[in-house]
Amino acid sequence: MRFTLSQEQAMLRDTVARLVRERFGFEARLKTLESAAGFDRDVWREFAELGLLGAPFGEEVGGFGGGGIELMTVMQELGRGLLLEPYLASVVLAGSLIERLGTPAQRAAYLEPMIAGETLLAFAHGEPDSRYALEQVATRAVATEGGWRLDGRKSVVLCGGDADHLVISARTAGASDEEAGIGLFLLPSDAKGLNLRAYPTIDGLRAAELELDGVIVPAEAVLGAPGETFLAIEATVARGIVALCGEAVGAMETCCDMTLDYLKQRKQFGVAIGSFQVLQHRMVDLRGELEQARSMAILAAGRLEAERDERERAVSAAKNLIGRVGRTIAEESIQLHGGIGMTWEYALPHFAKRLVMIDHLLGDEDHHLERFVTLGRAAAAAPALSAVS
Amino acid sequence: MDLHYTAEEEAFREEIRGFLREKLPPDLAAKVRGGKRLTKADHERWHAILSEAGYLAVNWPTAYGGTGWSPVQRHIFDEETAAAGAPAILAFGVNMVAPVLMKFGTQAQKDYYLPRILDGSDWWCQGYSEPGAGSDLAGLKTRAERDGDHYVVNGQKTWTTLGQHANMIFCLVRTDPEAKKQEGISFLLIDMTTPGITVRPIITLDGGREVNEVFFDDVRVPVENLVGEENKGWSCAKYLLTHERTGIAGIGQAKAALQHLKTVAGSQLKDGRPLSEDPTFARRIARVEIDLMALEMTNLRVIAEAQSGGAPGAESSLLKIKGSVLRQEITDLLRRSVGPYALPFLSELMDADTNQAPVGPAEAAPLAAEYFNRRKLSIYGGSNEIQKTIVAKAILGL
Ligand SMILES: Cc1cc2nc3c(=O)[nH]c(=O)nc-3n(C[C@H](O)[C@H](O)[C@H](O)COP(=O)(O)OP(=O)(O)OC[C@H]3O[C@@H](n4cnc5c(N)ncnc54)[C@H](O)[C@@H]3O)c2cc1C
Ligand SMILES: Cc1cc2nc3c(=O)[nH]c(=O)nc-3n(C[C@H](O)[C@H](O)[C@H](O)COP(=O)(O)OP(=O)(O)OC[C@H]3O[C@@H](n4cnc5c(N)ncnc54)[C@H](O)[C@@H]3O)c2cc1C
Repeated sequence: MRFTLSQEQAMLRDTVARLVRERFGFEARLKTLESAAGFDRDVWREFAELGLLGAPFGEEVGGFGGGGIELMTVMQELGRGLLLEPYLASVVLAGSLIERLGTPAQRAAYLEPMIAGETLLAFAHGEPDSRYALEQVATRAVATEGGWRLDGRKSVVLCGGDADHLVISARTAGASDEEAGIGLFLLPSDAKGLNLRAYPTIDGLRAAELELDGVIVPAEAVLGAPGETFLAIEATVARGIVALCGEAVGAMETCCDMTLDYLKQRKQFGVAIGSFQVLQHRMVDLRGELEQARSMAILAAGRLEAERDERERAVSAAKNLIGRVGRTIAEESIQLHGGIGMTWEYALPHFAKRLVMIDHLLGDEDHHLERFVTLGRAAAAAPALSAVS
Repeated sequence: MDLHYTAEEEAFREEIRGFLREKLPPDLAAKVRGGKRLTKADHERWHAILSEAGYLAVNWPTAYGGTGWSPVQRHIFDEETAAAGAPAILAFGVNMVAPVLMKFGTQAQKDYYLPRILDGSDWWCQGYSEPGAGSDLAGLKTRAERDGDHYVVNGQKTWTTLGQHANMIFCLVRTDPEAKKQEGISFLLIDMTTPGITVRPIITLDGGREVNEVFFDDVRVPVENLVGEENKGWSCAKYLLTHERTGIAGIGQAKAALQHLKTVAGSQLKDGRPLSEDPTFARRIARVEIDLMALEMTNLRVIAEAQSGGAPGAESSLLKIKGSVLRQEITDLLRRSVGPYALPFLSELMDADTNQAPVGPAEAAPLAAEYFNRRKLSIYGGSNEIQKTIVAKAILGL
């Protein structure tokens, strides 16, 4: 058992930490938020130059061959600086699907330019009625001559408006809540019949609603075997969850650091408010929660390469706990700041908003609690809980 | 990072499992699992088995007859013994007074007392708390006045766990009433059979007798029973509090309790189906299970830090806070799991030898009592409020 980073992992962490220190100032963030681009393309180019856009991928596509721990570590540092860049959408979700399922030609056409920082990708999976259920896909894909015809809607697609290419899920067979029968398709964002409405999200990111009305996809743009992509989607979402858990832990660290500093600086009644025991104890509670969240992020990251059952149980457990802790730390750090915690011009509430909204991505605490129960029942014959052995 | 135990550690786990299969008396494990009260003889029996195997002094260096185990090994031992239903090792001798003797005791004290702890000759209890000195321990008033080769002790200790079984008590006593609070305290070893000592039971809210009041009326204690210097007892007390205690989070016990909860919930019916399949109850269990997974990882992180030579220090306060609350939550779910059958209270059913037939399911009998009993987890050994204040000062610098 070892909880320290290897030398390479520590170097990766330091690289990202330096980037965050140098480029993720809060003033700059507020400006970028107002800008049309929504995030800083120069910073994104630096991501590419530092090799971060390929970090989670195998060496054959120019990545570090990184696993869960690397991904968590990168995201934790980015989370400390509250990134606006579409790392989750473009790299972790869409990129991983193409790496996992793509033909060499597809990787060359879609993945490598993204890793080079030349293009952006997005994964369009959720739908207006699917909530967080990965198997609920009502968008239809019907085979036509030489390709497929897609009809349906996709909702809250992260980076959907900025992406050059979309990875879109659509049902090639089966009922709308079956795991079997889901296909994936690669689509340029200016495809004919694709209607796209982009908008900002409350945590400073961008997303889009998609309407597919008779969109024609050629056969070479089919990703993976049509109808057999569910397991890849699930494994990719697990990756996304590890990334979000890492990011959340980073954002929690910043919230806790800022709040603790504030308790030491802010004077009322002639003393630092941190001298009031009721606030001290709440701060201690936050630190305890943060450590629990960190533990779960590590557990999920460490299980990312494990067998499906083990991986999914760890991932759902982590997302549930981090959802709960994220809300607590967000609410409490605003509260302990008093009025200043309510202002747009101050960094803390932006971190708090992101923490709460992370629970709305890739399954919230209720979704994953329920899922943990279901997965546990399936594994009921398995031996008693052990997080580690 | 590597979340796996090493092959040696896995082999060690097997060794402990083998030992438990062979040496843990099934009747004793059944008592522990069934939530029955353990007698003095039960504790002594298990103590002797562990001692014979060389597994009693888990935290001691080998030089004193301890295991010399690493923090990870100790954790594995905790986990396996709890999972097997072994009684918890009583801490007062082996894990409380012994480290103090090793650090502050004279050679003669070590030579005399440590072997007696190992072979079970002495049963120790802890005489710290007093009616007027709980959280504010340094406010203690029990007086020890020097009279020739003896201290004469007068005063009262309280909440003394299992003092009714003990032949020895280690006490914090006031030797200099003029000095500042912490500075006039000494650490004294007292033979419970000395004239002038009276032990009276305090019955706890669950009807159990595990704590006592101990009265001292002109009790003469030889001066060689002083540990460390006179008026420097607070250093011993602090050392004991900060002394790294494995298993402070109670992970092993929490995991065993969770397993029991799943078993009980699986045997109760709701709407004709096992309660464990009821969505509301299943989610309550799942939530606790996830919290426990996280705490186990947190605990392992602290253990790994200790293993590589770091000093865990105040982090153990965080573990104690979380661990106590979690264990309390599991007892809360256990009492809920049997519904109305949490109500019947037949105290005899909590002792092993009774002819009384249980009311309702046999496993229900102790659950409400245990729930109430476990409220103690966040009170003793420094209440959770006191632990939070320690963390606020030591870790957060508030
Ligand atoms: C949306 C909004 C609208 C407002 N509108 C008005 C308005 O119209 N007019 C107006 O005059 N004011 C207004 N206020 C100000 C509001 O009354 C103050 O924010 C409030 O009194 C808290 O003061 P503070 O923000 O300086 O926080 P602080 O007093 O600095 O408190 C910071 C934190 O410390 C805690 N704390 C402080 N002292 C103690 C203590 N002794 N013991 C324990 N905890 C303590 C607080 O509870 C808080 O959690 C408004 C505030 C907001 C957010
Ligand atoms: C079952 C059981 C077994 C025990 N066994 C032993 C034993 O073997 N030997 C022994 O010496 N003692 C033993 N104790 C005593 C135990 O250590 C004390 O109960 C504990 O230290 C709390 O002291 P108190 O009960 O006097 O509560 P108090 O100190 O009076 O506390 C009352 C409440 O006030 C809170 N409080 C107190 N001070 C502060 C503060 N500064 N800030 C915030 N909150 C505060 C406490 O957290 C608690 O909630 C045992 C207790 C129990 C319940």
